[in-house]
Amino acid sequence: MNTNILIVGVGGQGTLLASRILGSLAHMLDKECKLSEVHGMSQRGGSVVTHVRVGDKVLSPLVSEGETDFILAFEKLEALRWRHYLKKDGILIVNNQEIMPMPVITGEMKYPQDIFDILEKEGIRYEKINALDLAKQAGTTKAVNTVMLGVLAKLLGIDYDKIQKAVENTVKEKFIEVNKKALDLGYNN
Amino acid sequence: MKKIMLTNHAVALGAYEAGVRVVSSYPGTPSTEITEQLAKYKDIHTEWAPNEKVALEVAIGASVAGARAMSCMKHVGLNVAADPLFTCAYTGVNAGLVIAVADDPGMHSSQNEQDSRYYAMSAHVPMLEPADSQQAKDFTMLAFELSEKYDTPILLRLTTRIAHSQGYVEIGEREETALKEYKKDSKKYVMTPAGARPRHIEVEKREDLLQQDSNHFEINTVEYRNKKLGIVCGGSVYHYVKEATDASILKLGMVYPLPIEKIKRFSKNVDELIVVEELEPFIETQLKAAGIKCRGKELFGRQGELSVALIRNKLGLGSLIESDKLLPARPPVMCAGCPHRGVFYVLSKLKLTVTGDIGCYTLGAAPPLSALDTCICMGASVGMAHGFDLARRENNVVGVIGDSTFVHSGITGVINSVYNKGKSTIIILDNSTTGMTGHQNNPATGKTIYGEETFRLDLEALVRACGVKHVKVVDAYDLKQIEDALREEINKPEVSVIIARRPCVLLPQIKQSTPYYINDKCKKCKMCLKIGCPGIEYIDGDIRINRELCTGCGVCQALCKFGAIVKEDK
Repeated sequence: MNTNILIVGVGGQGTLLASRILGSLAHMLDKECKLSEVHGMSQRGGSVVTHVRVGDKVLSPLVSEGETDFILAFEKLEALRWRHYLKKDGILIVNNQEIMPMPVITGEMKYPQDIFDILEKEGIRYEKINALDLAKQAGTTKAVNTVMLGVLAKLLGIDYDKIQKAVENTVKEKFIEVNKKALDLGYNN
Repeated sequence: MKKIMLTNHAVALGAYEAGVRVVSSYPGTPSTEITEQLAKYKDIHTEWAPNEKVALEVAIGASVAGARAMSCMKHVGLNVAADPLFTCAYTGVNAGLVIAVADDPGMHSSQNEQDSRYYAMSAHVPMLEPADSQQAKDFTMLAFELSEKYDTPILLRLTTRIAHSQGYVEIGEREETALKEYKKDSKKYVMTPAGARPRHIEVEKREDLLQQDSNHFEINTVEYRNKKLGIVCGGSVYHYVKEATDASILKLGMVYPLPIEKIKRFSKNVDELIVVEELEPFIETQLKAAGIKCRGKELFGRQGELSVALIRNKLGLGSLIESDKLLPARPPVMCAGCPHRGVFYVLSKLKLTVTGDIGCYTLGAAPPLSALDTCICMGASVGMAHGFDLARRENNVVGVIGDSTFVHSGITGVINSVYNKGKSTIIILDNSTTGMTGHQNNPATGKTIYGEETFRLDLEALVRACGVKHVKVVDAYDLKQIEDALREEINKPEVSVIIARRPCVLLPQIKQSTPYYINDKCKKCKMCLKIGCPGIEYIDGDIRINRELCTGCGVCQALCKFGAIVKEDK
């Protein structure tokens, strides 16, 4: 059985680093793993998605719509945008943060206000996390990704030591301490 | 030892272990990380060339001189390098020569969806296509071997999903290859008509031999599963097919030339044959020409990427799940503090016709700036501005091009405009880096791929040497300077160049200034929203600056007539 994870957010929020930490974790656990990322144009403040598949036998590096176990959404609108990837009993982990997209900034469209109502109505299981506050508490707003990973690791039943080790293996040395704090705040929240 | 790595890094590892000695490339998503990674290995000379044509010529030179060589580029880069490619296909190689080319089905970061497999066919060179990270490494090593064995340059094709996916790769040891002997051989390497005619015969012989041998290559594999359906595929599509169906699969590791006999045998062992390939019917057309009955593009279109779900759906094995189309889109935008923003604001304000180019600044086409009229290819802004001017003579055309793109393909355009007495105005957006592909150095940054100091190409002196008499340098954050310069230059009866200079705000050496905020003098006139800065938000009738994003560039402040945009106290 494979575990399919989608990490979605806004370019610049660190979805890539989060997927790479999960890759490192998979290696530690001696699991087959494939990741798929986006670079370039898609990064410039646009909607971004990275795919993570872990298990015994992984073929496509991409997760299919309706087959995702966990969606890690770093932003609320992105949670809504990618929710069709979730499988029936999958869990959507939502950072309760709004980042305005250009059509909203220019007043052409409204940012949806009822995101959690929509999720309730559609019967989607979700976890609401104030990851930006926790990241600030850890010391940097940039650590939203590690806070969210902490939440995911807890839900996946991963030992704290292991996910912490994966963070240490992946993150640049000068950022390890702040990311460990953020991870802890997410995991033990 | 195995490690999870980006496929592009696996290609670099394969080249390293195969003993590559010289690498010359130009950055282009999704190929850039191959060369960046190669620069981390000692014992290799790696460089950024000004464009793909030069890059490939450097690699050909090194190969003829006896060193294993490589050049990496995106699909449209191969258009630029096509000239040397078609003729080095005649000369063949001395040491192995591998050209990695990355296609972008779905256009994640490109201006077209061209299928580079046709280059292999029309230049008569073989092309390998890996399906995952490990194969990318293995095929790169094999490519060097085949290149030398068959005396041919060889193409290694990647697509975005392969290049930017990660999987386990076995790490081995570098095999030191000795520099091969170089002997002057004008019959092989001097392609005059008299020299090229006999070489053309060799090219055909080589292709025939490769075609026959490909039937026995281990990288073209057959997996018999359910024999009701047989599928021919390669690259990332192989894994999609394997996951989506229980059909038998003939997986092509070499997509050109095709192992026709092998495919014929396979087709006889299955009830129905389908070709599943992204983009063009490259394989399908060849199979049909060889008399092999199959279907392909009647099921799968030519646009975009395939996926497990799409393949299942087209084969009648499942339905597609639609996304929510009513949500606000989140297109990529120029970053807060981007030095290109002010220039586009002024161009838009002056209602000028703007021929655009390839880079982050292509985003100037998006609302609310909506400043670009065209975007075709690297360097096209310069030639198109001249062409527009010749056609209409309206003194309102400006070509806009980045520093790296200007060095890549803009210089010859300027020479042409001056030589042919044009009068267009060109703005070089000099942000001191190659931005869109992730901050690579280029000749105008004065640093090599290793970050070492080197001669810094002087853009002002360069355009003056091209014959441009009117050269102005402005601060890209200073709207007044930009507007004054444009108003002055646009009406001149000769070519002008304005260099709008400011380093990319994301460069690590850039210290960001104190953020701005909007005070109670704001009259909600929405003037500041016209620059499309992601750092200025308009929510429920209220305009505010997001201090997490604001870099303090001050472009918005210059637009506020009420003095409502002010710096935070330090």
